[in-house]
Amino acid sequence: MSLLRNLAGGLRGLFRKEQVEREMDEELRGYLDATVKEKMRRGMNRDEALRAARIEMGGAESLKEQIRAVSWESVIETLWQDLKFGLRLLRFNTSFAAAAILSLALGIGANTAIFQLLDAVRLRTLPVKSPQELARIAIDHRTDASGHFTSRYSDLTYAMWEQIRSQQQGFSNIFAWGPTHFNLSPAGEVHIVQGLWVSGEFFQTLGVEPALGSLLLPSDDQHECASAGAILSYSYWQREYGGQRDVLGRKLTISRHPFPIIGVAAPDFYGVEVGRSFDVVVPLCTEPVIDGDDSQLKSRIGWWLAAMGRLKPGWSVERAAAQLRAISPGIFQAALPAEFNVSNAKQFLQYKLGASPAGSGISDLRHQFEDPLWLLLALAGLVLLIASANLANLLLARASARKKEMGMRMAMGASRARLMRQLLAESLLLAIIGAAFGALLARNVSQMLVASLSTQHDPLFVDMGMDWRVLGFTTALALLTCILFGVAPALRATGVAPGAVLMESGRGATQGRSRFGLRRILVVSQIALSLTLLVGALLFARSLNNLAKLDPGFRRDGILVADIDFTARHLPNEARVAFSDELLRRVRAILGVDAAATAAIVPLSGDGMAHDVLMGDTGEPEGDTPVAAFNYVSPDFFETLQTPFLAGRDFDEHDRAGAPNVAIVNESFIKKLAVGKDPLAMTFRVRRMNRTSAPYQIIGVVKDTKYIDLREELWPVVYTPRAQNENPATDAQILIRSRAPLASLLSAIKTMASQADPDADITFSSFHQMIDDGLLRDRLMARLSGFFGVLAALLSAIGLYGVISYMVERRRNEIGIRMALGAGQQSIIRLVLRETSLLLVIGLVTGVALALATAKAAASMLFDLKPTDLLTYLLAALSLSAVAVLASFLPAHRAARLDPMVALRNE
Amino acid sequence: MPDKPSGLVQGTLDMLILKTLQLEAMHGYGIAMRIEQISKGVFQVNPGSLFPAFRRLERAGWLMSEWRDTENNRRAKYYLLTAQGRKQLKGETREWARQAAAIARILEVES
Repeated sequence: MSLLRNLAGGLRGLFRKEQVEREMDEELRGYLDATVKEKMRRGMNRDEALRAARIEMGGAESLKEQIRAVSWESVIETLWQDLKFGLRLLRFNTSFAAAAILSLALGIGANTAIFQLLDAVRLRTLPVKSPQELARIAIDHRTDASGHFTSRYSDLTYAMWEQIRSQQQGFSNIFAWGPTHFNLSPAGEVHIVQGLWVSGEFFQTLGVEPALGSLLLPSDDQHECASAGAILSYSYWQREYGGQRDVLGRKLTISRHPFPIIGVAAPDFYGVEVGRSFDVVVPLCTEPVIDGDDSQLKSRIGWWLAAMGRLKPGWSVERAAAQLRAISPGIFQAALPAEFNVSNAKQFLQYKLGASPAGSGISDLRHQFEDPLWLLLALAGLVLLIASANLANLLLARASARKKEMGMRMAMGASRARLMRQLLAESLLLAIIGAAFGALLARNVSQMLVASLSTQHDPLFVDMGMDWRVLGFTTALALLTCILFGVAPALRATGVAPGAVLMESGRGATQGRSRFGLRRILVVSQIALSLTLLVGALLFARSLNNLAKLDPGFRRDGILVADIDFTARHLPNEARVAFSDELLRRVRAILGVDAAATAAIVPLSGDGMAHDVLMGDTGEPEGDTPVAAFNYVSPDFFETLQTPFLAGRDFDEHDRAGAPNVAIVNESFIKKLAVGKDPLAMTFRVRRMNRTSAPYQIIGVVKDTKYIDLREELWPVVYTPRAQNENPATDAQILIRSRAPLASLLSAIKTMASQADPDADITFSSFHQMIDDGLLRDRLMARLSGFFGVLAALLSAIGLYGVISYMVERRRNEIGIRMALGAGQQSIIRLVLRETSLLLVIGLVTGVALALATAKAAASMLFDLKPTDLLTYLLAALSLSAVAVLASFLPAHRAARLDPMVALRNE
Repeated sequence: MPDKPSGLVQGTLDMLILKTLQLEAMHGYGIAMRIEQISKGVFQVNPGSLFPAFRRLERAGWLMSEWRDTENNRRAKYYLLTAQGRKQLKGETREWARQAAAIARILEVES
């Protein structure tokens, strides 16, 4: 009832405002009249009575304001008034408004963009049915494992998956999946798409609906399935088939095997991996058909699957994990690969399965980018702080300019709270407009970020819709900055005694030293924060530079990698080496090719293989067996990459299958495994699981090279002749060093390959590009922190400029007098710059302390650089000082050109 | 600026206004005078608290207002107690009596 009445009264106040105000006026007038009459009755004359009554009443406007303040609608109304008034002020003050909004938009935009990425990668749940019931099933604390690892999520082998599926109890539904690439081209140059192997329960467990046709069922995933269907993602269907409905039943060619398209998944479903999406899904049972001899499904040492399940009602993740742990011994016993040697098997049998919540999907991006993103968010937060300090500074300047206005309004009866509210509304307006632009900016920036993290080989997909978290974050940011930059100036502007201000005639007699102090503190903290950001930026830039300049032991430029896949020829093992040698011979014959060689592992491609090394001809080693990285290469491999020999010779045509085993090793191999001996007199054997090779004779030593990525510690590396590889692959990875123009080289290779094998698939990549792709994270950090650093320095320069200008303005008279007394321009400039230096030095010292304290967070992301690197700090301090001096030179110059007569006359 | 009434005074003022209006509808000045007279000048109600209190009580639904002619033939805004207001007054009076008695007891014990 009363609520209703309150609402009705409020609405009346809002919409029939004039009448309500008129009634209030009339009522108060009546009261005054009655008071006057009463006083006259007691013997005062009319004037006296009126005066006494007015004093009793207090200010009419002030009284009315108090009455209005009782009701809720007045809050809305005054807020609306304040916003309107604020907007008008901003329109009159466009340069101030533009500067404020731009710096806020940049600050809030950068923060929102990075938070949006974090939200998408880390916080959001999968767009599937009840995602909180999902859990990932994997081995707890798996350290090293032996076998073939072919997927980003090599949690399980197929044999383990079969055991888990039949023995687990905590999940109502469970599925296995693995990401892969499919070649959809029927012939010639490959057409690679993002593929998924999934067990038949995949779509059912996740509760995904088809957009068209039907999705895979457990019955589609049976042993030796001959004609399974493929499912397309919605976006691939739109992209490649224009969303045509007659796509059902059409054939898709995966590695030259036809698959009928049976359905399209729901539009928002991108899989269970955050950061990537899929194009085509086929059941696990088709893997042997597609991968042929390389099948992982049939191999018990192929790690290529990950598993997820939906918890049964009443089961917690912990309970399901405990059940999995309990059945682990049986599962690993049953799935034990026959290929394992004693130590492999011992380790394998000790594994324990576990389960972890997977409602927000799984992602290797998290591991790779979560820390950098949090760090970047912190850096962006600092930039926003600096921007807020700038705004606070500008508003403080305005506060002193508006002191008279405030004094006047207080004298007219406005309360301090009311004025504060108005000033804060102006700040809020700035913050809201800034945040709106920032949110717009963020959309583009975050898309750009994702694009910069994608590579041709590994496109990222991040679903970056606005959600309540991002929206809340941006709103909170806007409010926070508003409080940060708005409250102090509002307090300052309204903290005046109305009488004192109104009585003042000249400008700024109340601007005492303490009032100016706050602005200096702001500038000092800006400088300190900027220095921290600049140090961060320089650290990342120098770390990236270290990586780029690092000598990997071979040349990066001018090398093309051509991968010619001749799987379709179905060659037996012996013929594969011969055919790839033939391809190599033809490549070498192409005009402009300086050198070419084949390699099983292209250095720094991210691929690698490692085996146990047993030194000497016979016997078992005591204790741990050393491990070395391996590669099978053709003669001229070192010549092509220009890796120098330290001793011995390259492979040649005599090092064939059947000839004695030979090997070339790197320096680290000698340093770690054969200290102080003549390397060329040494032999070793290689143990691959449970098979130990015949002895290898070392015939050469080459300089150390990086193997999997640039950041790694140097491995001992063993190179053996491709011709002595017992399991040659069905493709030739040819590294080509050439001075010929790229276009003509590519077409020559294509022509050559199609002559040699019309069915061959060819993939080209640039060696340099491949190495660069490995530095994505470093480049991201260097670029963004660099951007933030420059932005911070710029904002601080503006802040400093403002404060110094203000100081010059305040000391006009003093400067005028000094000049009248004979001070030269030089000494005036020195006077002003002395002020700058003071602020700068305090700021730099604070900044160095701050940077030293925070740079540790970046330590793990830096390469060959300490977070306390002296040169970096010097460079940062120096460049910031240069910017600061530049920013204050302008006002200093202006001061020096002051006409003393004008300055003094103004008083 | 006039002093803002403190919490206790504000609550008390509300009760006094309601009490004053228990017998008949009155206008603002009349209410102020009545409170002053009955309290023998102990409470001097200033307009800065009186009028916001009217607005507050009206919004709470305890008072209604209407424009009527005064005894001197002028228009004035008269305030009346609503049924809810009467209930509120009864409750507040009871509560006040209870508290006052309690305080009185405590003071007796002390002295």
